[in-house]
Amino acid sequence: MPLLSVLAALALAQAPVNEAPPDPAQGQRLFESQCALCHGQDGRGGRGPSLARPRLKHVPDEAALRSVIRNGIEGGEMPGAWQLSPHEVASVAAYVRSLGTVRAEALPGDPGRGAKVYQARGCGSCHILRGEGTGFGPDLTEVGARRSAAYLRQSLVNPAAAFPEDFLYVEAVTSDGRKIRGIRVNEDSFTIQIKDSNRMFHSLRKDQLRELHKLFHESPMPGYQALASGELDDLVAYLASLRGEP
Amino acid sequence: MRPALLLLCACLAASAQAPYERILNSASQPENWLTYSGNYQGHRFSRLRQLTPENVSRLQVKWVYQFRNPRTEVSPLVVDGVMYLTAPQFAAAVDARTGRNLWTWERPLPADLQTIGFDRTNRGAAILDGTLYVGTLDDHLIALDAKSGAQRWDAQVADYRLGHCITVAPLAIRGKVLIGISGGEAGIRGFVDAYEARTGRRLWRFWTIPGPGQPGHETWRGDDWKTGGGSTWVTGSYDPELNLVFWGVGNPGPDMNGDVRPGDNLYTCSFVALDADTGKLRWHFQFTPHDTHDWDSTHVPVLIDATFAGRPRKLIANANRNGFYYLLDRTSGKFLLGTPYAKQTWAEGLDERGRPRVIPNTEPSEKGTLVWPSLQGGTNWFSPSYSPETGLFYVAVREMGAVYYKREANYKPGTFFPGGGETALSGDRARGAVRALEATTGKRVWEFLLHRPTWAGVMATAGGLVFGGSDEGNFFALDARTGKPLWDFQTGGPITANPVSFLVDGKQCVAIAADRVLLVFGL
Repeated sequence: MPLLSVLAALALAQAPVNEAPPDPAQGQRLFESQCALCHGQDGRGGRGPSLARPRLKHVPDEAALRSVIRNGIEGGEMPGAWQLSPHEVASVAAYVRSLGTVRAEALPGDPGRGAKVYQARGCGSCHILRGEGTGFGPDLTEVGARRSAAYLRQSLVNPAAAFPEDFLYVEAVTSDGRKIRGIRVNEDSFTIQIKDSNRMFHSLRKDQLRELHKLFHESPMPGYQALASGELDDLVAYLASLRGEP
Repeated sequence: MRPALLLLCACLAASAQAPYERILNSASQPENWLTYSGNYQGHRFSRLRQLTPENVSRLQVKWVYQFRNPRTEVSPLVVDGVMYLTAPQFAAAVDARTGRNLWTWERPLPADLQTIGFDRTNRGAAILDGTLYVGTLDDHLIALDAKSGAQRWDAQVADYRLGHCITVAPLAIRGKVLIGISGGEAGIRGFVDAYEARTGRRLWRFWTIPGPGQPGHETWRGDDWKTGGGSTWVTGSYDPELNLVFWGVGNPGPDMNGDVRPGDNLYTCSFVALDADTGKLRWHFQFTPHDTHDWDSTHVPVLIDATFAGRPRKLIANANRNGFYYLLDRTSGKFLLGTPYAKQTWAEGLDERGRPRVIPNTEPSEKGTLVWPSLQGGTNWFSPSYSPETGLFYVAVREMGAVYYKREANYKPGTFFPGGGETALSGDRARGAVRALEATTGKRVWEFLLHRPTWAGVMATAGGLVFGGSDEGNFFALDARTGKPLWDFQTGGPITANPVSFLVDGKQCVAIAADRVLLVFGL
């Protein structure tokens, strides 16, 4: 055997068994057959929590994610998938990571200029970003990790076409004819809690309302169709750059 | 000594004796709640009349009991002023007037125990004579002295390392304690067991998946039956005259990939009627042959004596996870009627024998197939209720569709074996309801809509009320005849449990578990 081949064989023999890079496609197959019953076929939750988010509650890092997949959560409902090989666990982990995070894209706009557009247009009067601003609309601190540039662009141009999940604009009419419009903060079978654009909370009992409209196709956010296309590109690039990192 | 204290002492001294005859005649002692469903017929109906549509709005919390585990599913028992509660690996006797512990019992959870496809939960205990019977997640049936919590015996039912767990409340009948098993997502082979109440000796086992040579085995191919599922995780009912036990059987394994287990897959998704002395199968009725949507028929069978088609009949009713309400003759299992009670898009209807006329292409697929109901069903394990006074069958409904996916299924002992999954239509695309059906026709008489699909059972009362709960924490009372909401209380946690009712100091109380607490209400 030539020396090179011997060295290569030795190197192979000494390599850790899990050296092969994780295979997200294999991870997806395993996820869909082993994990989806609870976490949903698309990972957006069901009996178990949604995994389609940038940060997962029980897993600060990659090792923790693999450990949770392999061993489950002690005292919790999630069983471990001890039947998977280390490489399969790594592949499932890679797939789970891909669920919650949008990959950074090359975009035409300039994030620095976009930050100025954000300020100039008063976006902070409705949104919070790294703790600054006003909590009426969704928090944008890590919106770039959760949303694609196409989604961000659409939500700026036509906000009603791109609602975050569980975000609903409602209008309630009380028995004395008072109209309350705002974001549904919470709801159960008997009551609804609404936050209006002045950030006032309204606690209403449904049996005391004359009408309750769920405005599935309306958004309190103005559309920014009128932005110059360069400004729009810049704003999208800025929002896409918001990935929750300090 | 003050009178109240005297009464308490008297009650506790006489407590915890529940001979079979008392459970049999539960209708004559509505001050107690002696078995999982309140009576052997599975009615979850209280004959107490103090709470009425006129006064229920004055209900208040009397006391609260705190558990360590979330999403408590316990249905308490109450015997002579003592309430018996369970949680995973835990049982307690508490003073029903104050909620104070009289004793507690715990069993450690093995470090390597996994619950595969369901929550770590326990739905309640059974009592017979002076003994309380509790199942554990690590598959033991434990007998406890009802007055001290001391362990009398411990019977191993199954092996948790293969995915078996006990979450179900046992059923105690004359001299025997019956228990079922969870594990339908792990490719177990399900069973119903009976143990001698005094000793813990196993008297019989009915395998829900018939083995070679047994009738029904021909509905399986090759060795598929060995991982065929058929769990039995909801408490059955009992007809003492027929001496038959009725028990619901869960989904086949793997859940969503039917290609690898051709055939009807008996007795999955069925009710079975078993001779209480021998465990021998008297009849079966399969609601969903060759199920691929995880529609367990693990429901409390509701036994109704009523006139049907002009003559008195012994009936058995079921609002099934598959979206249909069924009425059968419980002496023979003969199908009498079936009609949808929830939105369903998988069957055109049922034929004259009750077999579904399945709509083509409604099975889970590689790309996904949208079907109502979701895999959690039109209803689920939580109890329905039957009121002999209104003749109505009350059921908590989940109106939710799902996209079902089929995936490969490779059996490895003690691991997930689902063969697919679903993406349920969540948020505002789904809702819940409490519906009242005329029991003998299945016709809807009223409904009360819920914000979201619920996990809470219902209880009707002779006072004319139906109690129910929501996933958002509402515990509420409806008018049993009209469905009108009369009272509601925000408990602060999801309600995934069944209500019960009993007397304390001669006054009617209602109890419900909500997340980590049990609340007791009274006027």
